[in-house]
Amino acid sequence: MDRKVAAGAGAVVVAAAVAPFLSSYPLTLLTQVAIMAVLAMSLDVLLGYTGLPSLGHAAYFGVAAYAVGILSTEYEAGFVVCLPVALLAAGLTAAVFGLLAIRASGTYFLMITLALGMVVWGLAFRWVSMTKGDNGIAGVPRPDAVLPWNLDAPLPFFYFALAAAAVAWIALGTLARSPFGLTLKGIRESETRMRALGYNVWLHKYLAFVIAGVFAGFSGVFWAYYNGFVSPVDVQLVTSVEALLMVALGGPGTLAGPALGAAVIVFLKNFVSVYTKRWLLILGAVYIGVILFAPRGVLGAFRTTQR
Amino acid sequence: MDARLARALAVVVLTVLLAPLLGPPPLPAQSGPIKIGFLAPLTGPFAQIGKDMVNGTELYLDEIGRRVDGRAIELIVEDTEGQPATALNKSRKLVEQDRVHVLTGGLLANIGYALQPYIDGQKIPATYPVMAADDITQRKPAKWIVRTGWATSQPMHPFADWVLKNTRYRKVATIGMDYAFGYETVGGFQHVFEEGGGRIVQKIWAPLNTNDFAPFLAQIRRDADAVLALFVGRLALQFAKQYEEAGLKGKLPLLGGGTSTDESVLPQMGDEAIGIVTALHYSQALATPANARFAKAFEAKAGKIPSYYSEATYTNARWIVEAVKLVGGKAEDRGALLAALRRVNLKESARGPLSIDDHGNPIQNIYIRRVERVGGRLQNTVIATYPAVSQFWTYAPAEYLKRPLYTRDHPPCKHCQ
Repeated sequence: MDRKVAAGAGAVVVAAAVAPFLSSYPLTLLTQVAIMAVLAMSLDVLLGYTGLPSLGHAAYFGVAAYAVGILSTEYEAGFVVCLPVALLAAGLTAAVFGLLAIRASGTYFLMITLALGMVVWGLAFRWVSMTKGDNGIAGVPRPDAVLPWNLDAPLPFFYFALAAAAVAWIALGTLARSPFGLTLKGIRESETRMRALGYNVWLHKYLAFVIAGVFAGFSGVFWAYYNGFVSPVDVQLVTSVEALLMVALGGPGTLAGPALGAAVIVFLKNFVSVYTKRWLLILGAVYIGVILFAPRGVLGAFRTTQR
Repeated sequence: MDARLARALAVVVLTVLLAPLLGPPPLPAQSGPIKIGFLAPLTGPFAQIGKDMVNGTELYLDEIGRRVDGRAIELIVEDTEGQPATALNKSRKLVEQDRVHVLTGGLLANIGYALQPYIDGQKIPATYPVMAADDITQRKPAKWIVRTGWATSQPMHPFADWVLKNTRYRKVATIGMDYAFGYETVGGFQHVFEEGGGRIVQKIWAPLNTNDFAPFLAQIRRDADAVLALFVGRLALQFAKQYEEAGLKGKLPLLGGGTSTDESVLPQMGDEAIGIVTALHYSQALATPANARFAKAFEAKAGKIPSYYSEATYTNARWIVEAVKLVGGKAEDRGALLAALRRVNLKESARGPLSIDDHGNPIQNIYIRRVERVGGRLQNTVIATYPAVSQFWTYAPAEYLKRPLYTRDHPPCKHCQ
C-alpha cells in the first residue's frame, strides 16, 4: 500500500518537475490528463470500490461544468464562487439521482444511470435560455483564483490542475482506506453478508454515489476552465463511457489505476490520431488486449504479480 | 505467464505513448513551408462530409502544385470527431505544436463557437469555410476569424423574398431540425416572409435523432400553402421519402434550406426530391465556366459530384492562397495575413463573385434552386439568382444586430394556433 502511494506521489512530483521543460501542446495534454484523472478516480469509487457500474457519470461532471460556464459568463463570478456552487450543484444532482438509482443493481443500475444521464443531456440540449443549447457556452475565462499568479498561461494552469488532482487523489485515497471505504468493498464482495452483519447497505451505497458525484463535479469545474467552453457533448453518453473505459483500462479499485487509464486514453486519442485516421481501431485493439491479458486493468496486472 | 505478458504489454504501451512528450519542442519555422491546419470530422456520423471537405481543399492545392510565391504549402489535416473538445485539442496541436500559419476547416456550429475564444487568444489567422452559425460574424464577432463560407440565415432572407414575389404561397408551415442551425434557417425565412405579408402558421421541430417522421408529418397543417423543411444528411433523405409516402408531395409544395437537397445527399435521393425548391450560395448545376471547371475536376478526383462542402473548402483554400500572395508569401506576419484574408476579393469563383463585409462574412450570390432530373441524374437547377447578398440582407447592419439571434422561440410564431 505504501509503495503504491509512493509511486503515485512520485508520478505527481515527476510531472511537476518535467512540466517547465515541455512545450505548450504536450503541457495542455498533461493538464487534460490531470482533469480526466479526477473524473476517472471519482467513478472508481462507484465501479471499483462499491461495484456499481454507472453509465451516467458525465451528468455530474457536466452539471458542474455548466454551473461554472453560466456563473462565470452570465454573472462574472470568480473561482471562489464557482467552485462551491458547482460542487453543490453536482452533489445535489447526484443526491436526487442516487435516490432513484441505488435501488437497482447490476444491469438495471447501468440502465437507470444511463437514462438519468440522458435526462441531463436533454436539459443541456433543450433548455436553451439557460445552456445556450447545442451552441454551448463559449468564452469561459480562466479562473482569477485567490492565488497571486495569473492562470492564463499553460504552465500555471497545469500546476493548478495538477494540485487539484493531487487533492482529489489524497481525499479519495483517505476515503478508500477509512472504515467507510472498507465497508464499500465489503458491499462489493457480498451485499447480503454485509446486510446480515448489520450494515446499512443502502445508505453506504447512496453516500458513495453522492461522493462520486461531487468529485466528478470537481473534475467538471476544471474541465470548464480548461476548455473555456461547455456544450452538451460534455454530458453525453460518450463522455460517460470514456470515463468507464479509463477505469476499466487502468484497473478498478485502485484509484491510481484509473488515473493511469485516463493518461493512456488521452495520449492515445491525441497522438495516435496524428499518424492514422484509423486510430479508433488501435484504441479498440488496446481495450481488447487489456481485457484478454489484464482483465483487472493495467495496474491490476502489476499488483497480482507483485504479491 | 498472463500477468507477466500483461506487464510487458503495459510497459510497451506506456513507453510508446510517452515517447513523443520527450522529443524536442518544434522550432518556429522561418522559411519552411507555409502550413495550413485543417480540421474536419474524419470519424463519426459526419465522416463523409469531412471527406468532401478534405477533397475540396486538396483539389485546389494540387491544382497550384502546392506552392505559392516560391514556398511550399503543407496541409495538416486533423480529425475533430465532430466534437468541440476534440476540435479544441486538435487546434492546440496544430497551432502550438505544428505552428501552422492559418487554421481552417470545421463543420458544426458548436465547434465554431468553441474555437472562437481560443483563436482570438492565440491571435492565429483563421477561416471558417463551412461553420455558419450567425453570431460568429454578427453579435459575437471574432477578430481573428474570417468566414469564407456563409451565415445560416443569409440564403433564407432572399429565399423568403423570392417566395413572396414568385409564388402564391402566403401561409407556410415549417419543420426543421431541433438545433441552432434549424432555428437560424427557419428564423431567417420567417423574419423576411412575415415582413412581406406572409404568415408562418406552424413551426415543428424534429429531434436530431428522429427515426420516423410519421408523427411529425401527421401534424402538418393541410391548409398551409407550402411547407418549409430544413434537414441535413440522413434526415434529409428520410424526410423527402416519407413526405412523398404520406401523400403530401402533390398537395403541399416543399421548400427547404439548402442542405435539404445538397449534393451530399442528392445522388441518394429518388423522384421524391423532384420539385423541391431551396436556397443556397452554391449549386453543383450552376452554369458558369468557373463552376463547370471545378465540378469536372472534383468529379475526376473524388468520383462523385461536388457538394457545397467541397466547393466551400475548395474556394477557402484558394482564398488563403490569395491572401498569402497579398502579403508576398510572408505568412509569419499574422497581423498582415489577417488583414489580407479580409481584403481578398474573388471576382470569379465556383460559386460566383466573393468579397468580405466589415463583419467578416462573405457578400455573395444566393441561388434559388429547384431539384430536377437532367440527363438521368438529379440536380439543383438554378432558377433565380440574387447577386451580392449580405448577411444583413437589405437591413442596416447596426439595426439588424439590435435584434436578438434567431432561436427556437424567436421570431415568435404569431399565427400558430
